Amino acid sequence: MSYLWAFLVGGALCVIGQLLIDLTAFTPARVLVSYVVAGVVLSALGLWGPLVEFAGAGATVPLVGFGHLLAAGVVDAVDKMGLLGALCGGFAAAAAGVTASLVCGVLAAFFSRSKDQN
Amino acid sequence: MKLTIKRYDEMVRRASPPSKLAADCAWAFCVGGGICLLGEALRKAYLAAGFVLSDASTMTSVTLIALSAVATASGWYQKLAAKAGAGTLVPITGFANAVVSPAIEAKCEGYVPGVGAKMFLIAGPVIVYGLLASTAWGALYWFLRPWL
Amino acid sequence: MRKGDTIFFDAPPAVFCQGAVGGKRESEGPLAAGFDLLFPENSLGEETWEAAESRLQQHCLELTLQKARLTPAQLDLVLGGDLENQCTATAYHMSRVDVPFAGLYGACSTMAEALGLAACLAAGGFVRVAAALTGSHFCAAERQFRTPLGYGAKRAPVAQWTATAAGCCLVAPAGPGPRVRAVTFGRVRDYGVKDAANMGAAMAPAAAETILRYCADAGRAPADFDAVYTGDLGLVGSRLLADILKEEGLALPNHRDCGLELFDLRAQQVQAGGSGAGCSAAVLCARVLPALKAGRMRRVLFLSTGALMSQITCLQGAGIPGVAHLVELTAEEEVL
Repeated sequence: MSYLWAFLVGGALCVIGQLLIDLTAFTPARVLVSYVVAGVVLSALGLWGPLVEFAGAGATVPLVGFGHLLAAGVVDAVDKMGLLGALCGGFAAAAAGVTASLVCGVLAAFFSRSKDQN
Repeated sequence: MKLTIKRYDEMVRRASPPSKLAADCAWAFCVGGGICLLGEALRKAYLAAGFVLSDASTMTSVTLIALSAVATASGWYQKLAAKAGAGTLVPITGFANAVVSPAIEAKCEGYVPGVGAKMFLIAGPVIVYGLLASTAWGALYWFLRPWL
Repeated sequence: MRKGDTIFFDAPPAVFCQGAVGGKRESEGPLAAGFDLLFPENSLGEETWEAAESRLQQHCLELTLQKARLTPAQLDLVLGGDLENQCTATAYHMSRVDVPFAGLYGACSTMAEALGLAACLAAGGFVRVAAALTGSHFCAAERQFRTPLGYGAKRAPVAQWTATAAGCCLVAPAGPGPRVRAVTFGRVRDYGVKDAANMGAAMAPAAAETILRYCADAGRAPADFDAVYTGDLGLVGSRLLADILKEEGLALPNHRDCGLELFDLRAQQVQAGGSGAGCSAAVLCARVLPALKAGRMRRVLFLSTGALMSQITCLQGAGIPGVAHLVELTAEEEVL
């Protein structure tokens, strides 16, 4: 069942992004930024946590999930270290994803080159 | 010419073909949903392999990022995205694509001013505003905590 | 002789030779047979897309000179440009050719601008042979104006596809070949189009303005010509041009657009058509001039249209100014 919900919830989040691009002046970069900020807000309101339990990767793989990760990281860090956690928690939670992208980026740049779309 | 800016704006709107909404959304739904389905399968596999819940989730993200990097470097990701639109943009693989593609592109300009500097040209704002929002939430949470 | 914005030549200069080169997608398009040289692979063996664009122009100039049996030393001036910042594709190529060079930037309008200026210089007796040379490269243009090539994004239906192509015209004061009868340099028009993907819409008012001014100056109508070619307005811009001229009371029965001729919109994924400084240049050199030479067409108005924005002005939310330059071309012996 979790597979079906992951597919449906993940797909629905992508459709919302597509509608924003097609129907409004949203650029892809703005969609990404909005999704992450929305993820932080929804997580802060306590709405995203239950969805993750329910839809699994359908709620964590879209970038809203990245925002949820940041917000949850900050909450953990504030619990542990007080106000300083507000500064440390987000980056710590995002570390794996950001660093993996960065390492992949440098490796890809090293091993491949720009390809024509024609 | 007696053409006014206001009148021309109307003419442009009439002459410009709209996006094919139904087809765009169907593609976005299927491809985006498919990537999440792959994520769920990976997550289940990592859980079965003995990872704790949060680690399995992180490993899933890292695996998807690596797959996206390979697909980006080979040019497949761009080809898929040309059809899938937000279906390839919204998942974490889209974030990885936004980091990896400028890195590859800027190789010609060197590893420091090119790859290093341009890598976060597109994805940088995601990190900037994501962390800004989470910091604000962290500070708010610290104030609210005594009452929660 | 000058009337209004239009320069009429008493002794019309001749375009005595032309050459067109293209890349992969152009070789799969409907104009393939008209090209002098086509490359199956757009890197042209170079390490960077910028160098490939430069190499494309080099091939174009070299083969055109070869066709005319001239050496570079016999050229008095090259007028040329491209879409790169600071016109580097042309300038870097010209650093390897020992000929005076005047770089032009008119975005996709550069070919008509260069040809018009070359005709003026030839008619004035200031050059014996001048070359008008422009080109563009899809990959270099994407890098400069849009996103990295590997970045996944869906193109808007109004977007246009930058041609990987170059064209070169050799102009002399007299001699065989189609004639340049008149030139109208366009005025820049900004009607507040802000969508950088919708360049056809940004350029259509400028094209209409130039056509209206030429018709008023020359006392002619578009119907007097075999064809009125506009340089890459694409699907959207072509519709808008017809709409604007209709409101102005001018019929445009024989309109053709270079962006719609270079590619097959149904079979090739190019959205609203081709664009780029190489698009109108290639169509001029691969279709229009050969047709005038062979007598398939006798009188043509050729306009190139350019969208004069940069990535920075677009991000700042400014409108996109457009410009269109017009060149009136006829077959060699055509009497008006």
